Amino acid sequence: MSDVGTAAQAEQRQARTGADAAARAVSLRKVYGEGPTAVVALDDVSVEFAAGEFTAVMGPSGSGKSTLMHCMAALDTATAGEVYVGSADLTRLGDKELTRLRRDEIGFVFQAYNLVPTLTAEENILLPLSIAGRRPDREWFDTVIDTVGMRDRLGHCPNELSGGQQQRVACARALMSRPSIVFADEPTGNLDSASEDDVLGFLRRTVDDFQQTVVMVTHDPVAAAYTDRVVFLLDGRLVDELRDPTADDVLEQMKKLGREADAGDGAGQRATGAEG
Amino acid sequence: MLRTTLRSLLAHKLRLALSGFAIVLGVAFVAGSFIFTDMLQASFNSIVSGTTTDARVTPKGYQESDGFSGDDSRTLPASLVDRLEDVDGVARVDGDVFVNGAFVVDQDGDLVGGMGAPSMAVNYSDTPSTTGEQPLRITEGEVPGPGEVALDEQTADRAGYEIGDEIPIVTASGGDARFTATMVGEAKFGDSLLGATLLVFDTETMQQEFLNGRNVFTEIQLTSDDGISQSELRDAVAPVLPADVEVKTGDQIEEESLDDLAEALTFINAFLLVFAAVALVVGTFLIINTFSILVAQRSRELALLRALGASRRQVSRSVLVEALLVAVIGSTLGVLLGFGLAVLLRMLFGVIGLDLSGQGLVFAPRTAIVAYAVGILVTLLAAYLPARRASKLPPVAALRDDVALPEGTIRRRVIAGGGMAVLGMGALVAGLSGVDPALTLVGVGALAVLIGVALTSPVLGRPVLYALGVPYRRLFGTVGLLSTQNAARNPRRTAATASALMIGLALVSAMSVFAGSANASIDKTIEENFAADYVVSNAIGQPFSPQIADRVEGVPGVETVARYRFSNADVDGSEQFIAATDGPTLAEAAEVTFESGSLNDLTQDTVLVNSETASDEGLSVGDSVSVRLPARATDLEVAGVFEQSPVLGASYVVSLETLELGGIKPADAYVYVVRDPSTPSDQVRAGVESVLEGLPTVSLKDQGEFAAEQRDQVNQTLYIIYALLGLAIIIAVLGIVNTLALSVIERTREIGLLRAVGVSRRQLRRMVRLESVAIAVLGAVLGVAIGLLFGIVMQRALADEGIDVLSVPVTQLVVFVILAGIVGVLAAVFPARRAAKLDVLAAIANE
Repeated sequence: MSDVGTAAQAEQRQARTGADAAARAVSLRKVYGEGPTAVVALDDVSVEFAAGEFTAVMGPSGSGKSTLMHCMAALDTATAGEVYVGSADLTRLGDKELTRLRRDEIGFVFQAYNLVPTLTAEENILLPLSIAGRRPDREWFDTVIDTVGMRDRLGHCPNELSGGQQQRVACARALMSRPSIVFADEPTGNLDSASEDDVLGFLRRTVDDFQQTVVMVTHDPVAAAYTDRVVFLLDGRLVDELRDPTADDVLEQMKKLGREADAGDGAGQRATGAEG
Repeated sequence: MLRTTLRSLLAHKLRLALSGFAIVLGVAFVAGSFIFTDMLQASFNSIVSGTTTDARVTPKGYQESDGFSGDDSRTLPASLVDRLEDVDGVARVDGDVFVNGAFVVDQDGDLVGGMGAPSMAVNYSDTPSTTGEQPLRITEGEVPGPGEVALDEQTADRAGYEIGDEIPIVTASGGDARFTATMVGEAKFGDSLLGATLLVFDTETMQQEFLNGRNVFTEIQLTSDDGISQSELRDAVAPVLPADVEVKTGDQIEEESLDDLAEALTFINAFLLVFAAVALVVGTFLIINTFSILVAQRSRELALLRALGASRRQVSRSVLVEALLVAVIGSTLGVLLGFGLAVLLRMLFGVIGLDLSGQGLVFAPRTAIVAYAVGILVTLLAAYLPARRASKLPPVAALRDDVALPEGTIRRRVIAGGGMAVLGMGALVAGLSGVDPALTLVGVGALAVLIGVALTSPVLGRPVLYALGVPYRRLFGTVGLLSTQNAARNPRRTAATASALMIGLALVSAMSVFAGSANASIDKTIEENFAADYVVSNAIGQPFSPQIADRVEGVPGVETVARYRFSNADVDGSEQFIAATDGPTLAEAAEVTFESGSLNDLTQDTVLVNSETASDEGLSVGDSVSVRLPARATDLEVAGVFEQSPVLGASYVVSLETLELGGIKPADAYVYVVRDPSTPSDQVRAGVESVLEGLPTVSLKDQGEFAAEQRDQVNQTLYIIYALLGLAIIIAVLGIVNTLALSVIERTREIGLLRAVGVSRRQLRRMVRLESVAIAVLGAVLGVAIGLLFGIVMQRALADEGIDVLSVPVTQLVVFVILAGIVGVLAAVFPARRAAKLDVLAAIANE
């Protein structure tokens, strides 16, 4: 939509709230279970993910980062609040519209790759399109597989590919339908560092070259350093954010959050629950 | 999407093969039933159409001899032949004598042919058929003259007779009960006799031996001049016929025979299809189970498809498409196997005397359509529930490690199942007590009870599994405990697997309780109603010559001889099976309870009515009943109403004279013999036996032997039904194998863990085996319980029909449960080996 923008332009974009957000949550709340055993996973979270930006969601285990992603990616339903992808409010949509949204607007990369074991790499990449019953755009397909560098392995089945290769196939699959936003859930969690670099570099390029919006959950500061912006979650709340982070900045921030979490401990959890 | 489905199908070949096998067996039964009955039809068609003449003259309403339901005794005079020869348009006239019930005795004194296939005698005639061929031909030797006979080739072979031999022949009616003739040739009739026996004599010998030497015929065959049609021939002949004689064209005769045949075949087909239905119902459980497990195992993949934007419909459709493919392949194999089954049935029928070896298999388009429709519908129906559950998977499940399928509450299921069982029981009881449509109510009711119990079985099975758990733990320690817990872990799956076995065993147990009760009732009634010392009864299901009774009467020490006959008759406008006897003599040989009147009131002008028929028809003593037999119709007065009895096994009983005047050839079905108490029993018996010597068509029995013979008949039917239900049980066993194999795959990780903590292969195998036994015994216990209930209900409902004693074959039922346990052990062989073979490391590392 725009060429490489200046900082001023970026600020301007930020100012026009919502209009340029590829996805946003407003007072999002997610509770698992009922009654005394209920667990509050997300508590009044409001966040925006700007279009054409690479955002990382970070936080200690149990901070609600994965839940946030699932709710925003139309994989799970919110208990209260609103979730927008583009201009559509997910909390008001029925299964049919959600299905369409997942199919056309959202791409997803899983930690465990989640490729269909019986299909080849190429078939896996084209799966979302075949589900939608659409012809693949050959040019875009070529662009994507060249970007992920998987051209020579297209005929292989997932069990013949390394973890890094599988994840690159999964990334290509997420991009094939040209979604307005790609969510990646710990995409490098199972990978060695070389593969990790491949995958993250690839996600970065899609943002830079194709203006793709990418949101990634991670707890690896090195991975977070590839992004434009990092938001931090703690105990189901949004607590902080960093722009143009370095690995060191992120690590520092994580340490700080870790201390806060230790200090608050159980009491903090209870307070959070009571507040809602 | 289709590709994903196809790939998944190929990836799970073994699992699907097992569920596909259920379809194969069920469809094979359906296809086999149709192929076999079509084959029967084709065989009979070829006989009928190749052998009828242009026109046939018979006494009006002639009852074709079928050797069982009372043969027509009326004949046509030789003078009629002369008169017909003078009619214009008639090319030739042949007077024929045709008799059903002339048997060849082989060199060992046994009957040739035996039960089932008819044994016929006819005079030689070269009358052409409508197609211009000569149906009856002498293929070897000469045309028989007086005192000579030609046998069909197969009978001659079976008996070991050759041209020149003296052939002993036993007849069922008229003339001497036994005579001999010299074999001079071999005969052939049409293309094949289908295993029937044919004896060909000259006309005089036929008249001599079967018509008391009168120069008369049973039927006259007409052949038309060239250019004269069948109907022209009929119209030309009709005016010269006496009032009680009629003529029918060849086409008309063909049509009538084929109609009768179609009716009989419909019955055979329906009988076989009932078992096909049982097999399919059991198969449905297996298919539901397989698809449920497949969906459970693929749930992560299916959730992933949802996460990638597949709609609910797409997910459920992918499961259904998979089912459809399995159904098409299974049905195809089923149809092929159906041919095999038809061949098997042909062999079985060959054993009882119906030789169909000359007839090729008949595959009508209808067979293919029905077989595929049934296979596909049943499979899709069975896959529908798992498919629906698959579509309810939340997309987020793709991200979880432990994916569990959403399940409806068991409570709703139990309530639905319980309601179904109760309603089904109601329908069953209503149907059995005669509410119309009785058969439909019984069938649907029984099915509803079975499915209802199957639905509730996750709950019903709990106490059984618990009861098994106690000895298991004591005997096998932790391994025993784990195996019952495994069985109880997924109650629906265990229940569905057990239910398949339950259905088969429920039907088997019901039949065994019913047959046990029937046998006990036979013993009781024979003991209570038989005053006679001996019964002379037919050994081959065909009545015998009245001369036998005449001669038994002459045996010293025989006090009373009571004859008992059967026939078909038209009573007040409906076709009935009636009995005939001499009232006063039967009264001495049997105890029959009368509501009003007595056996002594039976005369030429009266009829006795069964109490049930009397109340159905509103008849009481003094009322008039119209009985029409081939030769005449008369009004008879009801002189007595008797309670159902094995001695009087018909709704209406008339006198012997009524039957004879009605044109039914005298032939006895049973002869009851009472001895003079002053003569020693073995002396009388020896005397009667000397009369019966050389007559293998009849046998002499005392009370105990007679009861045993009746019981044998019940048991034979029971064994046939057992054999057919065996198929359903095979499918159920496959179900257990399938479920266990799938659970082993599903629990790969857990099994690896058990091995890692030191469980030996042996222990592991035992664990799987014990789980299998638990499932099998659960199914058996539920099945036997339902079977017991069904059996009791059936016995109660038929108490009025003579099955008034309830006898539960406890030993047999216990044996069923023990056999089920053994089946459980066998079913576990393959899955247990598979579990034991799992590589520990690989199992734990399994993603």
